[in-house]
Amino acid sequence: MSEDARVGVFVCHCGTNIGGCVDVPKVVEYAKTLPHVVFATSNLYTCAEDGLSSIRDSIKENNLNRVVVAACTPRTHAPLFQSTCEEAGLNKYLFTFVNIREQCSWVHMKEKDSATEKAKELIKMGVARVELLEPQEEVQIEVIPSAVVIGGGVAGMAAAISLADQGFPVRLVEREKELGGFVRNLGYIWQERREAVGALSSMIRRVKNHRNINLYLDSEVVAAEGFIGNYEIVIDTHGEQKKDKVGVIVVATGALEYIPEGLYGYEQYDNVITLTEFEILAKNKKLPKLSSLAFIQCVGSRGQDKSYCSRICCNVTLKNAMNLADNWKNMLGLEEAGKVVESIPVEKAIPAEIAERRRGRMGRRDREAGEKDEAEVAPTRLDIAVFNRDIMSYGIEHELTYNKTKEKKVRFIRYTPQNRPKVSHEGDKLVIDYWHDTMQMQMKMMVDMIVLATPLVAQPDAKEISRMLKVPLGQEGFFLEAHVKLRPVDFATDGIYVCGTCKGPADIPEAVAQGMAAASRAAIPLARGYVQPESLVAFVDSDVCSGCGTCIEICPYNAIRKNAEGVAEITVAACKGCGNCGASCPKNAIIMNHYTDNQILAEARAALQAVNG
Amino acid sequence: MSEFEPKIIIFLCNWCSYAGADLAGVSRYQYPTNARTVRVMCSTRVSPQIVLELLKDGADGVMVTGCHPGDCHYINGNYYTERRMEMAHRLLKLTGLESQRLRLDWVSASEGEKYAGVVTDFVKELKGLGPNPVHKDAKLASRLKAAVDASKNFRLKVLSSKEINLISKGNAYGEKINQQSVEGIMEQATEDEFKASLILQLTNKKSQSVKELAKELGEPTDRTIEHVVSLRSRNLLALDHIDGATPKYKAIVTGGA
Repeated sequence: MSEDARVGVFVCHCGTNIGGCVDVPKVVEYAKTLPHVVFATSNLYTCAEDGLSSIRDSIKENNLNRVVVAACTPRTHAPLFQSTCEEAGLNKYLFTFVNIREQCSWVHMKEKDSATEKAKELIKMGVARVELLEPQEEVQIEVIPSAVVIGGGVAGMAAAISLADQGFPVRLVEREKELGGFVRNLGYIWQERREAVGALSSMIRRVKNHRNINLYLDSEVVAAEGFIGNYEIVIDTHGEQKKDKVGVIVVATGALEYIPEGLYGYEQYDNVITLTEFEILAKNKKLPKLSSLAFIQCVGSRGQDKSYCSRICCNVTLKNAMNLADNWKNMLGLEEAGKVVESIPVEKAIPAEIAERRRGRMGRRDREAGEKDEAEVAPTRLDIAVFNRDIMSYGIEHELTYNKTKEKKVRFIRYTPQNRPKVSHEGDKLVIDYWHDTMQMQMKMMVDMIVLATPLVAQPDAKEISRMLKVPLGQEGFFLEAHVKLRPVDFATDGIYVCGTCKGPADIPEAVAQGMAAASRAAIPLARGYVQPESLVAFVDSDVCSGCGTCIEICPYNAIRKNAEGVAEITVAACKGCGNCGASCPKNAIIMNHYTDNQILAEARAALQAVNG
Repeated sequence: MSEFEPKIIIFLCNWCSYAGADLAGVSRYQYPTNARTVRVMCSTRVSPQIVLELLKDGADGVMVTGCHPGDCHYINGNYYTERRMEMAHRLLKLTGLESQRLRLDWVSASEGEKYAGVVTDFVKELKGLGPNPVHKDAKLASRLKAAVDASKNFRLKVLSSKEINLISKGNAYGEKINQQSVEGIMEQATEDEFKASLILQLTNKKSQSVKELAKELGEPTDRTIEHVVSLRSRNLLALDHIDGATPKYKAIVTGGA
C-alpha cells in the first residue's frame, strides 16, 4: 500500500430489513473507531440516489481512497456501488462489499444483539480487506456479434426472432424435428379459442424465413467453451458436428409434463389421462365420446411428489372445462351438419394416440391398448367436475373465467392432501371416492374419463446443459437465474441467459415475454461490441517462479504457459481468476489479483480479534 | 455470555455457496450468529496454508464451502480443493488439534436450507469440542506453526496439486498411479514434511539433540536421525555444538518469509 488508506464506511438500513434487526447507529459508531476509517455513516437505502450521492460526495469531501458498503449482497449490488465509486474518480477495485442482510439480519432475526456484534465484525473484516486492495485496470475484449439460442419452443423462438430483428445472426438449435416445443401438444390457446398450432405457425414461419436465423433442427449443442463475447460451441446434427463461435448463449430448453405413475389409477385404467394428453386428444379431435369427466388438480405437485405449485394447471383446466361446457359437441366430434345429437355414444377405450405416446416413453414397459367397449347410450349432457385443493386462477382475466366456469355448472369439489380422492373401476365407469368437506360425508362419483393435472417438470437432461455451461440448477431441477427478482433472465455467469419453462412453469405469454427479455439482455453486449471482464486474474512474479510447471498442469483454462525465460506466464484474456494456480504454486510466486493471500488472511484474521464497544 | 460461542470462519465460493448462503437469508432460514464469512471466487483459492494459519491464530473452526463435485464454475476447481483440504486434515491430525475443526462441504446456489443446517451443525460440534486451545498450549502452537510451514512446502504443494492428474492422466512418463498408492505417498510425505518443519520449529531458538527431538516428535531416534540428515542436506539445519558426546542441532534461519 503506497498511500495511507482513507476508508469510508456506508451502512445501509435497507428500510427495516437490516435496521429492524441490526442496531445500525451503533454499528456506524463502531466503524468510526476502526483503523483507517475516516468517515462512517448510515443510509436508509444506500442503493437509492441519496445513498449513492452520499458515497460520491464523501469520497470527494473526505478524500476517501477506499469504500466499504455494508448492505445486501454483492451478487446483485456490487456493480452499482462500484460504478458509483468510479463516478467519483475512485478505482472500482478499491471497494469492498459487506453483506449484513442476507448473511446477517435476515438469518438472525431474533438475536438482535449478537446480529449487531456480527455486523460490526463483518465490517471490521471488510475494512481490513479494503485497506490492502490495489487498483486494477480492466481490458476490453471484443464481442462476437452473434447468438445461439438452445431450444425452439415459444420462448426460444421469441428470443431468436427478437435478436434477429435487431440485426444479430442467431443460431437456433432445436432437438426435435419440429419447432414449437411443448405448445405443439396444446389444443386451444386460452380465451381466443384459437388453435395453438395456428398461433405457433406464424412464429415458426418468421423463424424459418428470417435471414438472420440459422435453424438447426434435430440438433443439439454438445459443447460450449469460452466466456462472454467469445464462446466456441459445437452443434451436433445427427452425429455431424459443426464448430461455431458466438458471443452470447440463450437457454430455452423447456419442460416436460410430470408422469403420475401409480397415482389415481394412471396406467391402471384407460381413460385416466394427464392434462397434456387431454390437450393432445382435443387438438387432434380424438377425444372419446363421453358423458362425464372429472379433472383432478395438483397431481404430483404441491408436496405429493414435487414440492412446488406448477401454477399454470388451474388455468389450463379452467380453459378446458369452459371449452367443454360451451363447446363439447364440437370437441367430442358429435357435431355433424344439420344433425342434432340426442345422446352421446360413450367410448371407454384409451385412444390409440395416447397409447402410442405412452409406449414411446423411455423406460416404460409396453402395454396393450385396452379393448374397445361397445358404445352405449348416455344422456345428452356432459358432466364436468374439478377436484381441487384450491383454484389459483392467477392473472387479470382468469378469475372471471373461473366464475363463468362455475356458472356453466362445472362442479368444483375441494379435497385436502390428507383426504385425496380415490379412483377405482366399477362396471364400465371410473369411480371417484371422495370426502365431501361441506357435507362431511364420503361420496362417490361415476365418470367416463379422469384428467390429471400434473405439473411441468424440469427436463431430465438439464443437468448436462448445466454442466456444459456451468450454470446452476435449483432444487427441483429447473435452471436458477442470477436473482429471482432483479435479474430474472440472466444467469450469474455473464453472457448466458435463460427464459421459458426451463426456469420454472410459465404460460405462453410469460414464456414469450421471458424470451424477449432474455433477447434484450443478450443484445446488450452484442450491441456494445466489447466486454470489460473483471480484472480478477493471476499474476506470476517471474523472479520467484522456479518454472516447475505445476500451475500449467492444473489450470482449467490452459491460460498459463512457460515463456522464453522458462517461467510461467499468464494469458490474461484466457484467465478466469479461479485462483487454483495461486493455491498450488510451490514457490508462492503466483498472486491472485484482488484475492491475494494477504487480503484473504487479513479479512479472516480481523474476525479473530474480539470486538470492543 | 456464559456459554462458549465458537468463532468460525467460513469460506464461500462466489458462484454456489455464497449464493446458497444468500438464499438462506432470502428464505429466512435462521442459524447461529457464529459464522464470519469470506467470499472467494472459487474454493480452490483457499490453500491449506490459509486454513491452517487461521486455526493457528485461534479460530475455533474453519469451513470451506464450494460447488458440488462436477458443478464447479471453474470446471474442476473444487476437486483440487478437496485434495488440498485432505492434506490440511492430515497435517491437522499430526498437530494433535481436533481435525473436526476444519470442514469441507458442498453447498449449491439452491441449498439455502442446507447452508443454514451445515452452519448450525458445525456450531454444535464446535461447542462440544470447546475453545481452540492453541493460545494456552505452547506445544500445540508450535506444532500448528509447523503444520503451516509444511503446508507451504514445495513437495507437498506440488504433490497435493498433482494428485488428481497422477491418478487420471499419469505422471510425466504417462504411467497412471492408483489412488491407493497416491494416498500412501501423500500420507508419508505429509508426515515427513510435518516432522521436518517441527524439527525446524523446535531448533529455531534453541539447539536440540536428536534424542530431545525424537521425544518431541514421539518417534524412535533412528527415524529422527533420518529427518535430521535430510534437513542438513537441504541446508536447513546445522550442527550447533557438541554437548559432551551429544551433537546439538539448530535451524538455519534465513531472512524473509
